[in-house]
Amino acid sequence: MKYAKVSSEFGRRLGYPHFNWPDRLIVPLIGLVLLFYPLTAFAHKRGGEAIGFVSGFEHPISGLDHILAMVAVGLWGAQLGAPAIWVLPVVFPMIMALGGMMGLMGIPLPGIELCIALSAVALGFAVFREARPKLWIAAIIVGFFAIAHGHAHGTELPAGASGILYSIGFVIATGLLHATGIGIGLVHRWPAGRVALRLSGAAVAIGGMFFLWKALSGEPV
Amino acid sequence: MRGRCSRPNLFLLAVTIMLGAASSVQAHLVNTGFGPFYDGFMHLFVTPEDLLPVIAIALLAGLRGPRFGRTVLFALPVGWIAGSIIGPAFAPPLSLSTPEIILTLGLGALLAADWPLPLAVIAGLGILLGLMHGILNANDLAKTPSSGQLVLLGVMVALFISVSILAGQAASVQVMWARTVVRVVGSWIAAIGFLMLGWAMRAPA
Repeated sequence: MKYAKVSSEFGRRLGYPHFNWPDRLIVPLIGLVLLFYPLTAFAHKRGGEAIGFVSGFEHPISGLDHILAMVAVGLWGAQLGAPAIWVLPVVFPMIMALGGMMGLMGIPLPGIELCIALSAVALGFAVFREARPKLWIAAIIVGFFAIAHGHAHGTELPAGASGILYSIGFVIATGLLHATGIGIGLVHRWPAGRVALRLSGAAVAIGGMFFLWKALSGEPV
Repeated sequence: MRGRCSRPNLFLLAVTIMLGAASSVQAHLVNTGFGPFYDGFMHLFVTPEDLLPVIAIALLAGLRGPRFGRTVLFALPVGWIAGSIIGPAFAPPLSLSTPEIILTLGLGALLAADWPLPLAVIAGLGILLGLMHGILNANDLAKTPSSGQLVLLGVMVALFISVSILAGQAASVQVMWARTVVRVVGSWIAAIGFLMLGWAMRAPA
């Protein structure tokens, strides 16, 4: 057993040749050492550039309502097939960032939280029903919700962070969420995958209903 | 004794512990420590404001074909050098942040749209981009008068290498999905441009 060899070798090298930990304790021991390894602590929030990128990257993936909608866009795109599968990931980040710009500039849009919750319901339902509207109709639906999501993000962006690195992190995370949806959606080529995809659409819609209920009841989403 | 430990096992254990150990991260690269040439060389890669439009113009030219890529390979550095020469003439230093962002946004959008632009337009965009960033960089170069030329030379080499690689790769793209990936990069750059424009126009809190 490798662990036994490691423990006996440790003992030998430490000058205790008969020192031999039970095998099952070796892995927990290593875990314990790592847990107690001193980490650098920062008492104050820093405004440095790494913080800008990391916080920008974290922002789109910090809210489940956003994640559901972003992934659903990818799922729907994969279901619709070409050209939607490559039009949506090209167009969506730009429209969403346009909404983000409006949020940053302080241009008000009413009912944003409702729109975000509705986006998960509508997109999830579209995936569940395997809806196949014309491309321009699908683009308008997705674009409308993209503006709402972008606006919410733009309004929440913190002042003082490194703008460009924050934006890079934000856009990359959003794009990766789409890519995740498209990647999952590729199961659409198999019959069983098609059913699974429709079920996942139903799950997204149910999640959206939860957020819709929260938005309607005035609770913070 | 139940057996001897092999060196690979001990090595693996040590690596595991080292991987789990957190170390401090230095977010800012002050200088390379290798002199002005390498400071200039690294400048492009640690300055996203400069790097993003360079990526966009290189990919845009590359998607149109090798001839377009070769043109931008020379047009961009020429514009940059010209901007670096005329930049110090502006006093106080020009602030071009909004036009710079709009140009980045536009280049990203053109790349995303995969617009079949003529050679003259792409060359003109390359010169304009170089000129704008050369002027902006000139103010920084002016602070290092003794080694400004070497810094500029480093920037030029970095530009030449970046554009060669990116335009060359984009020019060699044949399949549809790979072309789409390049266009997605363009849409991301345009999206970053939109957000940057929002940051620039944000009302003070």
